[in-house]
Amino acid sequence: MVKRIYIREEYCMGCRLCEVHCLVQHSKTKNIIKAYKGEYPKPIPRIIVEEKGYVSFALQCRHCEDAPCLEACITGAMYRDKKTGAVLCDEDKCIGCWMCIMVCPFGVISRNIEGKKIASKCDLCVGEEVPVCVKNCPNEAIVCEEEK
Amino acid sequence: MAKRPTPTEFIIERDEGKCIACQVCVRMCSNDAHSYDPETDTVTSDSTKCVGCHFCETICPTGAIIIKRNPSEFKLNANWSAQVIRNITKQAETSGVLLTGMGCDKPYPVYWDHIVLNASQVTNPSIDPLREPMELRTYIGRKPDRIELTAHSPQSTEKNKIPSAMDYRLLTKLSPQLKLETPILFSAMSYGSISLNACISLARAAKEIGTFYNTGEGGLHKDLYEYGAHTIVQVASGRFGVHREYLEAGAAIEIKIGQGAKPGIGGHLPGEKVSEEISQTRMIPVGTDALSPAPHHDIYSIEDLKQLIFALKEATRYSKPVGVKISAVHNVAPIASGIVRAGADFVAIDGLRGGTGAAPTVIRDNVGIPIELAIAAVDNRLREEGIRNQASLIAAGGIRSSSDVIKAIALGADAVYIGTAALVAMGCNLCQRCYTGKCNWGIATQDPYLTKRLNPDIGTRRLVNLLRAWSLEIKEMLGGMGINAIESLRGNREQLRGVGLSDTDLKLLGIKPAGEAW
Repeated sequence: MVKRIYIREEYCMGCRLCEVHCLVQHSKTKNIIKAYKGEYPKPIPRIIVEEKGYVSFALQCRHCEDAPCLEACITGAMYRDKKTGAVLCDEDKCIGCWMCIMVCPFGVISRNIEGKKIASKCDLCVGEEVPVCVKNCPNEAIVCEEEK
Repeated sequence: MAKRPTPTEFIIERDEGKCIACQVCVRMCSNDAHSYDPETDTVTSDSTKCVGCHFCETICPTGAIIIKRNPSEFKLNANWSAQVIRNITKQAETSGVLLTGMGCDKPYPVYWDHIVLNASQVTNPSIDPLREPMELRTYIGRKPDRIELTAHSPQSTEKNKIPSAMDYRLLTKLSPQLKLETPILFSAMSYGSISLNACISLARAAKEIGTFYNTGEGGLHKDLYEYGAHTIVQVASGRFGVHREYLEAGAAIEIKIGQGAKPGIGGHLPGEKVSEEISQTRMIPVGTDALSPAPHHDIYSIEDLKQLIFALKEATRYSKPVGVKISAVHNVAPIASGIVRAGADFVAIDGLRGGTGAAPTVIRDNVGIPIELAIAAVDNRLREEGIRNQASLIAAGGIRSSSDVIKAIALGADAVYIGTAALVAMGCNLCQRCYTGKCNWGIATQDPYLTKRLNPDIGTRRLVNLLRAWSLEIKEMLGGMGINAIESLRGNREQLRGVGLSDTDLKLLGIKPAGEAW
């Protein structure tokens, strides 16, 4: 079964700890202090907390069934992982043309331009049992469940 | 006149080596104690704004923040402590009544800590609660003076058959009872003083454990009606939110006369907290202060109280217990006796250390008596008058652990109310700033930015865990005493001994000093 990340915006308090932990998870050292203070290229979070007034929620790639980024990608860097159903970006193939960013209906792909220009997006934390944003949300506002 | 600076109560210590300037603390502090400077990419803290709730310390991903008490000291003076000087300075500047939240924090003796429990050795076997059944079930309500049974069931007419319990039928009509799976209930905390998410957590936990929570004087929010079977609805002096459906929704009704944190005075929910939802629940206009008068203006005697008790019983067709909550004051025993004689099915007594969302500090810290003495006095008095069975006794006010619960029951209470302990389970760190409405934990606030910080799923889970843990501990202690039902411990003061108490204390508590045998 494909696991999906669900958002419970009524409990998102906007602390952005998910962004912090996402950044650390996708850093080279995976050490929170080094990731923030010493790494180049500076890692960026792949989850974004959207806020307006007291409403906030953490948004990351929805791994759409009919993902437009898959079709838009000119190099075939975007691909779907057969096992998990996740949409992933092969950073070796990515040339940073930003077509995926143009077509993403959720605006959850960001530009990583500090090193080699690549599209940066949620990979559901490959290798982790539970994505780190879900694991570390202090108020369980992001949950990882079997697809409903 | 410029405000004279006084030393701050807390110091926010930030380890710059660990701080990654992620700004989680900046976003989360409702008192704006932390701020981010984009020019230098650093986070700085203003200790004068810190209330000591420890939310930032808890949530900081690198553990860079420590909240410490300010080491700055006044000249040592046993009479004029730093607190006294701070209070006088505050009042000299504002001319106001000092407000506070939670329960009395003065170092009055805590009798629980001077009472020890018994255990079985050699001459009577102890019981292992993991192997043998242990009964914590408690019924709150009026118990009959005597019961009548009849053996006229068809089976018992057969000859030579030994009658079983099933062959008897109870003739006495029992009064309505509350059935508790553990002798712990959640104290009255109103929607208004605490957030709806906190109320939902309490309600769901009460349902899951098989006990009750109390609405306080806040009325019953429409989302909470589904938990009615686990709700005690309160009728207090302001009568906020009291209507027919409200009374019918609850499993029991409690008339609130007083509260341990503020005996003799009323309540005040500031207009800023009266949002649309609260206004509908309390049945008052949006933005108006909710003022609960100090006395009930229709109750000036036990006879008047009796009228209200029976009016509520009539209104609910005698289908649910009606109790009365009073704060523990000097005359608590005769007052409780009057309340029982007025027809109350349970009496809740809230001691000196009982909490509040807001109360004048001077009242909270100086009025009332400790709950331990009140339970002993009331239990004694009701026994002497032969009316102990007519009402259950619920003790409240500073119950901190399972040992406090079991000691309260051995002193004579039927069950206990926990309020502060429940809030602590949900996150509270007792900063005592409930009255500001800026609770960072999302508990004592109505600010939509803050209330969502308490996810009721988590709140419920933590409350259920707490009650399960306490229940297990109570079973362990009971087992150690060789007792397998909490009923057998109730009022069993022989299981208690006093350590370091005066003869008068021991006499009032009705317990022997440690070292004295049966």
